[in-house]
Amino acid sequence: MARYLRTVSLALKSLMLHKLRSGLTMLGIVFGVFSVIAMLAIGEGASNQAQQQVLELGATNIIVVSKKPAEDAPSSGSASAFILRYGLTRQDYRILAKTLKNRIGGIVPMREIVLDVRHIDRNLSARIVACTPDYMEMNHLKLATGRFLSDKDISDRSNVVVLAAETAERLFPTENPIGNTIQVQSRAYRVIGIMQNRTASAAVGGSLTAQDFNKDVYMPLDTFQARLNTGDYIVKRTSGSFSAESVIYNQITLRVLNRDDVIPISESVRETLELTHGAKNDFDVVVPLELLKQADQLRNIFNIVLGSIAGISLLVGGIGIMNIMLATVTERTREIGIRRALGARRWDIIEQFITETVVLSSTGGLIGVLLGLFTPTAFGLIKFIVTTYVMDSGTTSSEMGRMFIGMTPQIAWWSLPIAFGFSVVTGLFFGVYPARAAARLDPIEALRQV
Amino acid sequence: MLTARLINLHKHYDLGSFVVKALNGVSLDIPEGDFLAIMGSSGSGKSTLLNLLGGLDRPTSGQYILCGQDVAQMTDDELSAIRNSRIGFIFQSFNLIPQYTVVENIQVPYHYRPGYPPISPIDEARSIDLAEQVGLGDRLDHRPFQLSGGQQQRVAIARALVNDPAIIMADEPTGNLDSQTSIEIMRILKQLNSEGRTIIMVTHEDEIAEQAKRQIHMKDGIIAGEGIFKG
Repeated sequence: MARYLRTVSLALKSLMLHKLRSGLTMLGIVFGVFSVIAMLAIGEGASNQAQQQVLELGATNIIVVSKKPAEDAPSSGSASAFILRYGLTRQDYRILAKTLKNRIGGIVPMREIVLDVRHIDRNLSARIVACTPDYMEMNHLKLATGRFLSDKDISDRSNVVVLAAETAERLFPTENPIGNTIQVQSRAYRVIGIMQNRTASAAVGGSLTAQDFNKDVYMPLDTFQARLNTGDYIVKRTSGSFSAESVIYNQITLRVLNRDDVIPISESVRETLELTHGAKNDFDVVVPLELLKQADQLRNIFNIVLGSIAGISLLVGGIGIMNIMLATVTERTREIGIRRALGARRWDIIEQFITETVVLSSTGGLIGVLLGLFTPTAFGLIKFIVTTYVMDSGTTSSEMGRMFIGMTPQIAWWSLPIAFGFSVVTGLFFGVYPARAAARLDPIEALRQV
Repeated sequence: MLTARLINLHKHYDLGSFVVKALNGVSLDIPEGDFLAIMGSSGSGKSTLLNLLGGLDRPTSGQYILCGQDVAQMTDDELSAIRNSRIGFIFQSFNLIPQYTVVENIQVPYHYRPGYPPISPIDEARSIDLAEQVGLGDRLDHRPFQLSGGQQQRVAIARALVNDPAIIMADEPTGNLDSQTSIEIMRILKQLNSEGRTIIMVTHEDEIAEQAKRQIHMKDGIIAGEGIFKG
């Protein structure tokens, strides 16, 4: 042990002789190790973000959404040729609630529409979400003050609403919203609760668009259907033409009791709905748990791709070290000859040069690990620069932009010893050849060199 | 008692198209406490002979018995051990290790002792003591580039002595030094010899060779004569 310490201290002495050269040689490894850690941290951060989104959607939830069928699909059973009827119906809700009664912990139908909401002179375009009391729990929303919708509100068709944080903030910048009223389509509704702020979730998996819960107005489902009756129609006027769509529910969310049941139940939900909807293709079944698996796969792909890119830079660093060590061997031929004359065996020379290489690469590795710890800080800085100088409002609201902004690299702790270990192995691997070249020198020839 | 004995030593270098016969049967007895000067023009085989005597090379045929061991047939590692423990080297160009201090240079042979024993306080004291003996007690932490040629050669002498070798090989020890410093170095070598150490020295300067106990002349790979030949 003492002997190896001595070898290491002698190696340090030789390396300190050329501080600049040793430093520059190390740089390759420093950046190699740093990029391994940084890349894995970014991969980890991205997958955490995806997982977080999935968990917000609820790992035991099954989300059935209405989907507008393709343009040329026949609108069946419509009273008027102008009205396109599609999506989930009350019948669907009843069938699902009945057939899955024992296997699910809750089922929430939901209808949403964007309408103008008003308080005195303040106007706001808000998403009116008509739902049942379970909606809050199922979407992991949290109440700030007041109360959420109750079963009694539903059965009484009460004229009450619960406001999301941002809606409340914008309609009631100074007053207390609770007990106050807002107007939707000339009818007044009493505010009974305010939700907590919640970061918007980006779109997941393509079938579910990004959800921003902060501009919502929650209303009892039956109140919506009784008072705010748009006849289930959404009327659209474009220049010269007129079209109307009829949707009963935009979404039905089911919560499964047992996580293992999620996939089989989602299949039976799809089969059940296909019986009534046939080939209309106007609904989608989204299973967050499946997305969770996709997120896991995504992380693995990320790690492999980013890890190998970083690995290449480590390789380049290793080649740099080998290059310098080979030059060093040539330069120190005489020293090798002296050592051999004074009794060093070939193995002693090999040991000396490998030790120097490994000391160089592992010091670089250590610095790289330390730098790697600052990845989140560095990424934050890059994020700041990009959001301030590069992105405009269009790109920030795009899906990519939201993903970029929402992401925080997370250092994978297992990557630290691995990256450091790789730096040591790189030094060993790339040190062998120069060391052997040094040991092969004939001591007589080596001494003759001037 | 003999320190070294050479019996009919041959050294041939096979250069492919032809063979260079550098040594053609050299026999020589070197008693303990000898001070031998090897002389000869370049190409005479004196360097080859010194390399063999120093254990840096192996003969093509013949025997080289050093302190009772036949060195001629040893492996590379065994030769390294012999060089480390039995032979001290002094070179024309001093050959100190530039990144080491005076003391560290003197201690280099310690690093390669068989079995790699740690450097003990006794070893430490010995290396400092040797530095003081050659007059460098006040420059222990200097590096070679901070020393004059004569001082560097004295470090090399201390280094050669650190493992208490039976033979000291000196290859043109004064070749790079001015006459005043040369006298100084020769004085140290003679003193070491008078203390009982065997010294083998290669030189082409008569006045340096004269100071040895005996001289041999190499020519065409054999010992051509003994003694001083003026002119």
